[in-house]
Amino acid sequence: MALADETAKMEVRGLSAFYGETSAIQDISLKFPDRKVTAIIGPSGCGKSTFIRCLNRLHETTPRTRVEGSVLLDGENLYQMDATFVRRRVGMVFQKPNPFATMSIYNNVSAALRFNSRPSREETDAAVIRSLKQAALWDEVKDRIDSAATGLSGGQQQRLCIARALTANPEVLLMDEPCSALDPIATAKIEELIAQLKNDYTVIIVTHNMQQAARVSDYTAFLYLGKLIEFGPTGDVFERPKEHLTESYITGRFG
Amino acid sequence: MTFDRATRRKWFSHGMVVLTGLSIVVVATPLVWIIYETALLGGSVFNVALFTQGIPYPCTPGNGITCHQGGIVVPIEGTLILVGLAALFSVPIGIGAAIASVEYGGQRRWARITGLVADVLSGVPSIVAGAFVYALLILYDPAIVFSTLSGSLALAVLMLPIVTRACEEALRTVPHSVREAAYALGISRWKTSVRIVLVGALPGIVTGILLAIARAAGEAAPLLILLGNGCAHSLQGIQDEGCSLSYWIWLGATNPYQNWANLAWAAALLLVLIILVLSVASRLVLDRMARRMRGG
Amino acid sequence: MNPDNPFPAPSKGATPRKVPRFGDWTFLALVIAATLLVVGVMVTLVVVLLYGSRFTIQSLGFSFLYGTTWNPNNNVYGILPFLDGTLITSAIALFLAVPLGLGAAIFLTQHAPGWLRGPVGQLIELLAAIPSIVYGFWGLIFFVPIERNYTEPFLKTWLGWTGLFGGTPFGVDFLTAGIILSIMAVPTITALSRDAIAAVPRAQKEAAISLGATDWEVTRRAVLPYARSGIVGGIVLGLGRALGETMAVVLTIGNTDKIGTSLFDSGETVSGGIALGFFEPTGPLNISALLEAGLVLLAITLAINLGARTILHRFQSGAAAGAE
Repeated sequence: MALADETAKMEVRGLSAFYGETSAIQDISLKFPDRKVTAIIGPSGCGKSTFIRCLNRLHETTPRTRVEGSVLLDGENLYQMDATFVRRRVGMVFQKPNPFATMSIYNNVSAALRFNSRPSREETDAAVIRSLKQAALWDEVKDRIDSAATGLSGGQQQRLCIARALTANPEVLLMDEPCSALDPIATAKIEELIAQLKNDYTVIIVTHNMQQAARVSDYTAFLYLGKLIEFGPTGDVFERPKEHLTESYITGRFG
Repeated sequence: MTFDRATRRKWFSHGMVVLTGLSIVVVATPLVWIIYETALLGGSVFNVALFTQGIPYPCTPGNGITCHQGGIVVPIEGTLILVGLAALFSVPIGIGAAIASVEYGGQRRWARITGLVADVLSGVPSIVAGAFVYALLILYDPAIVFSTLSGSLALAVLMLPIVTRACEEALRTVPHSVREAAYALGISRWKTSVRIVLVGALPGIVTGILLAIARAAGEAAPLLILLGNGCAHSLQGIQDEGCSLSYWIWLGATNPYQNWANLAWAAALLLVLIILVLSVASRLVLDRMARRMRGG
Repeated sequence: MNPDNPFPAPSKGATPRKVPRFGDWTFLALVIAATLLVVGVMVTLVVVLLYGSRFTIQSLGFSFLYGTTWNPNNNVYGILPFLDGTLITSAIALFLAVPLGLGAAIFLTQHAPGWLRGPVGQLIELLAAIPSIVYGFWGLIFFVPIERNYTEPFLKTWLGWTGLFGGTPFGVDFLTAGIILSIMAVPTITALSRDAIAAVPRAQKEAAISLGATDWEVTRRAVLPYARSGIVGGIVLGLGRALGETMAVVLTIGNTDKIGTSLFDSGETVSGGIALGFFEPTGPLNISALLEAGLVLLAITLAINLGARTILHRFQSGAAAGAE
């Protein structure tokens, strides 16, 4: 499963994760290329969400969980670093948009900045504008940036969450089925966004929608029952899958 | 008209409806009566002097004696200081214990100990709380047994379970997705707990505090033991004998002086008003902040 | 990274800063300290009361509980008169509060029109908010004379044959105190009964209605049995509150320390005895006896509250399982 000409931003070696005694993912090894979009696909329950939550060490915040193996970011093992610090370098957008309900749009987007450092007002303003533009939300909210974040539509809230994650200035952006709670138009907007984001960030996206994976990603990993079955450039995985299981899933024989 | 079984059952049922309706009337009557008398008698002495003057020399008018009515500024101050101190002790501890239980304890067994202890403490009769503080301070420093400070300690014991339980419940209503969103931004654990989760739980916490204050303001039993007799002159320090509205009502009720009795009614009216305001305020807080959070 | 990004990424190989750690550990220490304080308050309460009452525990043993005389001047301490007072007043309180409270709950949930439920419900909750001392004061000034002049002579005339109403009615006695206590217990019983009744699934009611039952029969045979645990829990909880009541009782019960046999007798409850006893204690043994009385009261109330919560938990899990 090696990559030929790309540099690996993030690498997973022998990663296994457990809920209590139950194994969710087993011995996954994978390299995520720098500034490309990698999609993780597979049927429900195959461990995609658990896997991606290991990449920013969110999995361990659930009680009675365990992780084995290592996750390297630019060669350093994340599991030997301070977890809070890891999450500042690896950001995440969740399946259901979760803006902070008690905060305005401005405060939501600037949250990471305000809580993790002591920026001046100008620095915060600049960061908020930049993030909202990157998330393609600026034009829609610039006139009501101090209003409640919960007043936005679902699609807007998700883009808000993306802007919020970007303000933290991560190197890698994890997206756990970011469009599954959204309508097709909102989904299309976010897919456009992802195409832009990969200029600056390494994106890893979990999706149960194969067409989305085909549209949006450069590389695809197929997971089944907690194991990595196949990984490669998206075109190869979808048109010339090496594994029989992959082909069955792609052609819709199960899922 | 036939008086067969079916008709009898029907009329019996109607009778029970009337009886249960009567229950409401019977139950509501003393309430209305108490509020009426309190408002009437307390209101008849309600003036500015209440809030500026101290307890008058005891006397009952008649035989050409006119009495100085005086005011209840000392009991008012006393209640404010007592409740303020009690809140100062009980609120931080209650919130801290609730955070430990919900944010750090989660599903583990030891997390339930806070809730259990709060339940036990909420069943402690107020007089027993007073006896406890008495016994405690006798050992520690007999000089402060009869003081505002010791009274506030007893009130704190009574407020603590209310605050703790309200805070625990409020923290539990904050959805886990909020915490995950904060962790995913690299916000440290304690900042997440305090500046994000706690803020989200604020309506429930404020409501709990207001209700605890309402309870403490009305308490009298432990203060009978612990306050000493400080109503006569203006309050000195918290280590000296104190006074409170509730204690003053006791004095007015158990002494035969008319002007004291009048002031006791005024104090009762004031207490009922304070408690009413606090109850209404706590409900408003809950509604308004909950509405704001749902995206108003 | 993004070239015009004013916040460059941390350099490679950056060692995790200590700051998040420090804040996290300090905060954890603080909240654990708070938990220990809460537990500590409860433990200290019991320990201090035990220690403070050691004199009478050692010298009197169990005779403290069944001794019939409480005389601080002679250092004779038996709390049976107080227990008697607590028992009688609480019995009267429940005797009145249960039918009234339950009746009110039934009316509010089954028969009252929608617009009436909110206000009346809040009115009853207001009863719970009025401080005990105000009840006592009002009781002494307004209720006692009515008892003395009207109600009690009436009861003596018509129900004197029951043997409950011996002696001359003075107004301050078990009966009056019990009635005041019942007013204070009603809100608890009503609130919890309302919850219990509201939790009864509609299917139960509809089954009874479709069999041709009258309103009352639906209530009696379909609703109440289902809500039984919740109602009983509410009653026991109300009892627990009544047991601990001091101010309202002490102003209306007459405060004598003999064991009463008639409802018109005056007496004292444990809580009232403790409160008044602290006014002019005759010495360390007196104090010890008062603290031991407090311990007894605590034990009784805790036991009752524990019983109430067990019953209520059974009700809650039962309701959750049944409401499918």
